[in-house]
Amino acid sequence: MEKKTVKVSVVYYGMGNIRSVYNALKYVGAEVTVVDEPSKLKNLTMEKMVIPGVGAFEDGMKNLNIFKEKILEAIDLNIPILGICLGLQMFFEESEESPKVKGLGLIKGKVTKIKTNLKLPQIGWNKLKIKRGDCPLFKGLEDGYVYFVHSYHAEPLEDVVVATTDYGCEVTAAVWKNNVYGVQFHPEKSGRIGLKILKNFLEL
Amino acid sequence: MICKRIIPCLDCDLAVPEGRVVKGVEFKQIRYAGVPWQLAKKYYEDGADEIVFLDITASHERRETMVHIIEKTAENVFVPLTVGGGIRTVEDARKVFNVGADKVSINTAAIQNPDLVNQIAKYFGSQACVVAIDAKRRYVKSPKEAESRIVIKTSEGYCWFECSIYGGRKFTGVDAIRWAMEVEERGAGEILLTSMDRDGTVEGYDIPLTKAVSERVSIPVIASGGCGTIDHVYEVFKETQATAALAASIFHYGVYRVWEVKEYLAKKGVNVRLE
Repeated sequence: MEKKTVKVSVVYYGMGNIRSVYNALKYVGAEVTVVDEPSKLKNLTMEKMVIPGVGAFEDGMKNLNIFKEKILEAIDLNIPILGICLGLQMFFEESEESPKVKGLGLIKGKVTKIKTNLKLPQIGWNKLKIKRGDCPLFKGLEDGYVYFVHSYHAEPLEDVVVATTDYGCEVTAAVWKNNVYGVQFHPEKSGRIGLKILKNFLEL
Repeated sequence: MICKRIIPCLDCDLAVPEGRVVKGVEFKQIRYAGVPWQLAKKYYEDGADEIVFLDITASHERRETMVHIIEKTAENVFVPLTVGGGIRTVEDARKVFNVGADKVSINTAAIQNPDLVNQIAKYFGSQACVVAIDAKRRYVKSPKEAESRIVIKTSEGYCWFECSIYGGRKFTGVDAIRWAMEVEERGAGEILLTSMDRDGTVEGYDIPLTKAVSERVSIPVIASGGCGTIDHVYEVFKETQATAALAASIFHYGVYRVWEVKEYLAKKGVNVRLE
């Protein structure tokens, strides 16, 4: 049987580099479209949406806001959405990094600075502790190392944490609420485990 | 917790279209080891935690060749990629980030214009800013002889460490340990510390140098220069605060596979990433 490619839209809102996310999604078999304006986000034909991003919460939201309506519509249409790093953080209501700026508010809770005695940002390979083996992103995976670069993490007020990591304290590594998925680490830089997570997302 | 990293290093000669990986001895004699993107892919599949590309020609006209190498590599390799050699401006850095690099490593340009460290950290984040330090031992009879320097006691006698630039061709008089502390202040996210005395000798990392720097900064230090056996890697993690070990020839010439080194370290109780 011929393998069907999955149509993925990667939202590019000017924050950080999306080349590696693009490469990794392509590698695991996606047909990737990079979308740099809301009108190009085709909610009726797109099968998956990815919101990557590196940088400050305030700049991120400022740039992402024009996509907000389309993103909410995609969620209503039950299209799976994956937020990576800053992408995950913007799913929440607010962030300590920019207290006056509102997030997308898809998940209740806020993003806070990691309360650790260790050096921030956390940069490097850390062990993923899977809390919810039923989360489809982790199908076929066990705890393993993934690549993190961040100073802030999500503190949800809902029961959505599906994986954590230990950085002198418990850090939120992944969240899942209905068709909204978020990973704080960079699957596109996390070797085979990262690629498997992206592949699992495509297969949702 | 964050694990220790094993980083194969590709010294790239860009005189041919796809580039070629070379290995020098004490920054001089050259042997060829392969095509950069192919070796990078092999090391990634073998479990490398990161891959460093150094343009040893560091010539302006061949910068595009490095961009192509990284672009090709990033299509097949999904761990962080670091590019060094000849990066002199924020624009040079942006070019390699745009094709999939995650970090740039700067040495000569940073010594000549220390603000470049601040600029790269500001535009791309500390995690993207690696400062490479090529350090050479300068022996003195006693610490008093070099009072303005940080003098370290080694089994060969007292010495301070001098930074060199232009791939080891020029010495600067800059104290390498002090410079490491300064670049941390300026926002560097990591230090790639190469011992010029050990590079290419396969006699092991310079432990006193690595220890001295890694104890004085809180950013990660990558030990480099001199790795010839699996025990050298273990030694540098056991004896110093280095969080990563860089090696070239032991991987290029098939002495060890990356996964062999990591399995050995894991057995010895070092926290490494096994796939």
